[in-house]
Amino acid sequence: MTGYAERQRLVVVGNGMVGQRFVEALRSRDTEGRWQVTVLAEEGRPAYDRVRLSAFFDGVDADELSLHRPDDGVELRLGEPVLEIDRTGRRVVTGDGEYSYDALVLATGSYPFVPPIDGAYVAEGPDALGPTPALRSGVFVYRTLDDLTAIRDFAKGRRSGAVIGGGLLGLEAANALRLLGLTTSVVEFAPRLMPVQVDEAGGAMLRRYVEELGVVPHLGVATTAIRSRPDGELAGLTLSDGGWLPTDLVVVAAGIRPRDELARAAGLELGERGGVRVDESCRSADERIWAIGECAAVDGTCYGLVAPGYAMAEVVADRLVGGTATFPGADLSTKLKLLGVDVASFGDAHGRTPGCLDVTFTDPATRVYAKLVLSDDAKTLLGGVLVGDVTAYPTLRASVGGALPGPPLALLAPAGDGTGTGAGIAALPGSAQVCSCNGVTKDQLVGAIVEGCTDVPGLKACTRAGTSCGSCVPMLKQLLAVSGVSLSKALCEHFDHSRQELFEIVRVRGIRTFSRLVAEHGRGRGCDICKPAVASILASLGNGYVLDGEQASLQDTNDHFLANIQRDGTYSVVPRIPGGEITPEKLIVIGEVARDFQLYTKITGGQRIDLFGARVEQLPQIWRRLVDAGFESGHAYGKALRTVKSCVGSTWCRYGVQDSVGLAIALELRYRGLRAPHKLKSAVSGCARECAEARSKDFGIIATEGGWNLYLGGNGGFRPRHAELFGQDLSTEELVRYVDRFLMFYIRTADRLQRTAAWIEALEGGLEHLRAVIVDDSLGLCAELDAAMARHVGAYSDEWRDTLADPERLRRFTSFVNAPDVPDPSITFEVERGQPVPALGDRRPVTLGLPTTMGVPS
Amino acid sequence: MTLDATINEGFADVAEPSRAEPGGAEPDGGEPGGDDARWTAVCPYPRLEPERGVAALVDGAQVAVFRTHDGRLFAIGQRDPIAGAYVMARGIVGSRGEIPTVASPLHKQVYDLRTGDCLDVPGVTVPTYRVRCRDGLVEVATPPTGGS
Ligand SMILES: Cc1cc2nc3c(=O)[nH]c(=O)nc-3n(C[C@H](O)[C@H](O)[C@H](O)COP(=O)(O)OP(=O)(O)OC[C@H]3O[C@@H](n4cnc5c(N)ncnc54)[C@H](O)[C@@H]3O)c2cc1C
Ligand code: SF4
Ligand code: FES
Repeated sequence: MTGYAERQRLVVVGNGMVGQRFVEALRSRDTEGRWQVTVLAEEGRPAYDRVRLSAFFDGVDADELSLHRPDDGVELRLGEPVLEIDRTGRRVVTGDGEYSYDALVLATGSYPFVPPIDGAYVAEGPDALGPTPALRSGVFVYRTLDDLTAIRDFAKGRRSGAVIGGGLLGLEAANALRLLGLTTSVVEFAPRLMPVQVDEAGGAMLRRYVEELGVVPHLGVATTAIRSRPDGELAGLTLSDGGWLPTDLVVVAAGIRPRDELARAAGLELGERGGVRVDESCRSADERIWAIGECAAVDGTCYGLVAPGYAMAEVVADRLVGGTATFPGADLSTKLKLLGVDVASFGDAHGRTPGCLDVTFTDPATRVYAKLVLSDDAKTLLGGVLVGDVTAYPTLRASVGGALPGPPLALLAPAGDGTGTGAGIAALPGSAQVCSCNGVTKDQLVGAIVEGCTDVPGLKACTRAGTSCGSCVPMLKQLLAVSGVSLSKALCEHFDHSRQELFEIVRVRGIRTFSRLVAEHGRGRGCDICKPAVASILASLGNGYVLDGEQASLQDTNDHFLANIQRDGTYSVVPRIPGGEITPEKLIVIGEVARDFQLYTKITGGQRIDLFGARVEQLPQIWRRLVDAGFESGHAYGKALRTVKSCVGSTWCRYGVQDSVGLAIALELRYRGLRAPHKLKSAVSGCARECAEARSKDFGIIATEGGWNLYLGGNGGFRPRHAELFGQDLSTEELVRYVDRFLMFYIRTADRLQRTAAWIEALEGGLEHLRAVIVDDSLGLCAELDAAMARHVGAYSDEWRDTLADPERLRRFTSFVNAPDVPDPSITFEVERGQPVPALGDRRPVTLGLPTTMGVPS
Repeated sequence: MTLDATINEGFADVAEPSRAEPGGAEPDGGEPGGDDARWTAVCPYPRLEPERGVAALVDGAQVAVFRTHDGRLFAIGQRDPIAGAYVMARGIVGSRGEIPTVASPLHKQVYDLRTGDCLDVPGVTVPTYRVRCRDGLVEVATPPTGGS
């Protein structure tokens, strides 16, 4: 109890990004527990990543955005805004009580500014002082998760939306409305979009991008009124040029204002343009009151970005434990936004430095615009603007104020080979800030790498770099690469080669066995990593039945038994159902087999049927019946093509423009059995409505009036990713040719267990490079790739049919070598919802009061 | 018979190392495989594919028997102690450094075939059994020698 009296009370108002950072910084510095911390927060949820707010519309949920770290030493009171500061009594007042303080930190952020537009508010006009005048229904701002939830809910069933404000925030909001399926317009008073960040030429390029996304910009006009329909619903906007813009929903994104109302009422000095006036230690005129983040006016200037706010948080945390830190000023202009279009502006983007020089680069074909602002001797980088391709952004931004990391045009030209930026990071001085959100320098990152960080997650955890906007992550990767730490390509302890290198060795030397490969090019006897990888390479190179000779010992148990092992040691069986099309007769056979062998059945996401619970000795019997009925292996067990899913297409669907089922079946039959570094999935949709979800596949195809659009590199799973458009309106022949080459090139060059998305990402030059290889034959490889695919297609035979035909092969399908007729006694089932499931002690059935069917089917 | 040739070829390397490297601690009650060991024939030696296992029922126990690339034999418990399923014989056989290994087919933890010790999770072991080749037949001794 002794220390208690010495403890001082610290009250923090606001639990936004900066408030949260401040509390963390203070707690980590206040090792003696000098401060007793209370945080009073207006919002009902703890701090979250406002910078990534829009990710909410990409399906990132509130939990993922959360910045909250539980800390027993901090009392966090949510939904309890401070109403008043009583400076003489040294306490703050909320609706629920009063809190005394020895130090008070204001971190109240900003509020969205809503211009006095006729009809925007519920009642009279805007309350000049109040930050959040009540807006009429259908009119929203874009600042909090609650705002976004409200927008999403209101947008349901509505068709159009308009955003007032064409700046950074406005375009983000516009993109959000677009993602919600609304026809979207943007009204901007300035003659170009993002007037603060980009110049005229950049704005023009941006406009083309935005228009292409289907967003209609109305530039150089103001909104004069918001009008209602007779039924009270929103009707539209009256524009200053006399125009009329009908809309169902309005988002106002016309700028922000610091939330200084508490300070104002308490008589604290404010900045000229608002904000709590503080000195360079972030202390206000009242020595017990500090202000940080967007609500603070440091020496009169407010900052609308998170990085300067974080710097202020560190300053005050330091001061409260007796330090003397001061706010160093901020790199004001660094910014990067994604809204389908990449736009970056940094440093002195507008060339305001006297005597500065511009280097610009415009490519109407790829629609890239870039500008660098250089010092008068063209030696120092002052700033710049990038639209369309921002790969150079992290390097450039980190170079501001220092020497150019390379010749300007090489830096600006779209990263065809990527070397420009790679060289850039090496050339950066150690003091350059790589992550500006968190103020992490190159030196700090290199230090972390030396201390043992070997990957991006590791760097994030030990330095915080990359944890906010994420734009510096490519630089982190490059730093790791340049430092050569983690990037040993060795497959495992038995081979120093990457999978790609092994593939080439096997191909060029004509090696056909693992033993020879490991004896000549590796060491030891292999393991569960290299053996299946080599088996897959041998199989991809067309070396016959996967279970012949030595190959058998390389296979993972799934490939060994041509089935998928399950948690209890039983296997599941998946017959191929090409394109998801199946006759009633075949469906009945599957049902009969499942019934007779007491298998649990489930429809898979790939439009086929998975039969679970087969013991090894049952597999040949099951397959005998399936093969006799015309089924063949579905390769669900292999790193191979799984399914080509399809929608019903033009045959039945009234919207369909091509025969998606026909194409899906043809593709599935063409690529069945093709062994690859990882599983491969595909889908074909019969029109742009995309019912087959083709864009979440490794290669997805969407029918167009003129042919097929091909998308490459999508996947679901742990890190979902949309496939990117590779070719448009392709004929079926072109399509098949490109997919052939794509698959063969992937098989040849990808790493072990690298899905196509990661593979494309890792290719120098990405999708463009791939296009050059596949379409323009830039590596002179196409003939070889085509021949390899022709070999595969010609040599295909069903692995299960082959197995059943060969008594030698069938021998391995026994539970016990010395008791072939004894089933494994450890495998037992219980019944759940009328089907057998593994009887495992730790499996808890979900019971929602559903009736349970009793009795094991016999 | 050609079969015999195969047996004998592999055979020379077999018997000795598989016996010379018993697993972990031997039980107090004397050398198993000595007096109280019961030897059960499991299968003809050629039935074992190199670097692949088979499961056998030995005295009511499920045992995984392996033949490594150099012809040596190893036998361990068939139960994967981490997953609780009887699957070890279906794992991939290989090496880690000098150690002959098998990886669980379920979650890929790697075990030392000689001692039954899990090389990835300290403290986890599988039982080991003595195994030999006699008259072309692979035989396994119960009770296990270690790791139980
Ligand atoms: C959509 C969007 C995109 C953005 N993108 C970027 C970007 O790419 N890069 C960048 O640097 N910045 C970006 N920003 C700005 C960035 O989010 C802010 O700079 C940052 O959140 C400021 O942190 P703060 O703690 O000062 O304010 P906030 O995060 O706004 O937190 C202030 C908190 O205080 C609470 N509060 C206010 N008054 C009271 C009271 N009286 N009592 C209790 N609590 C109170 C508020 O409810 C709020 O929760 C973006 C902002 C938005 C909205
Ligand atoms: S994608 Fe088009 S063609 Fe296919 S089912 Fe959907 S609407 Fe019909
Ligand atoms: S620059 Fe934003 S997270 Fe690093």
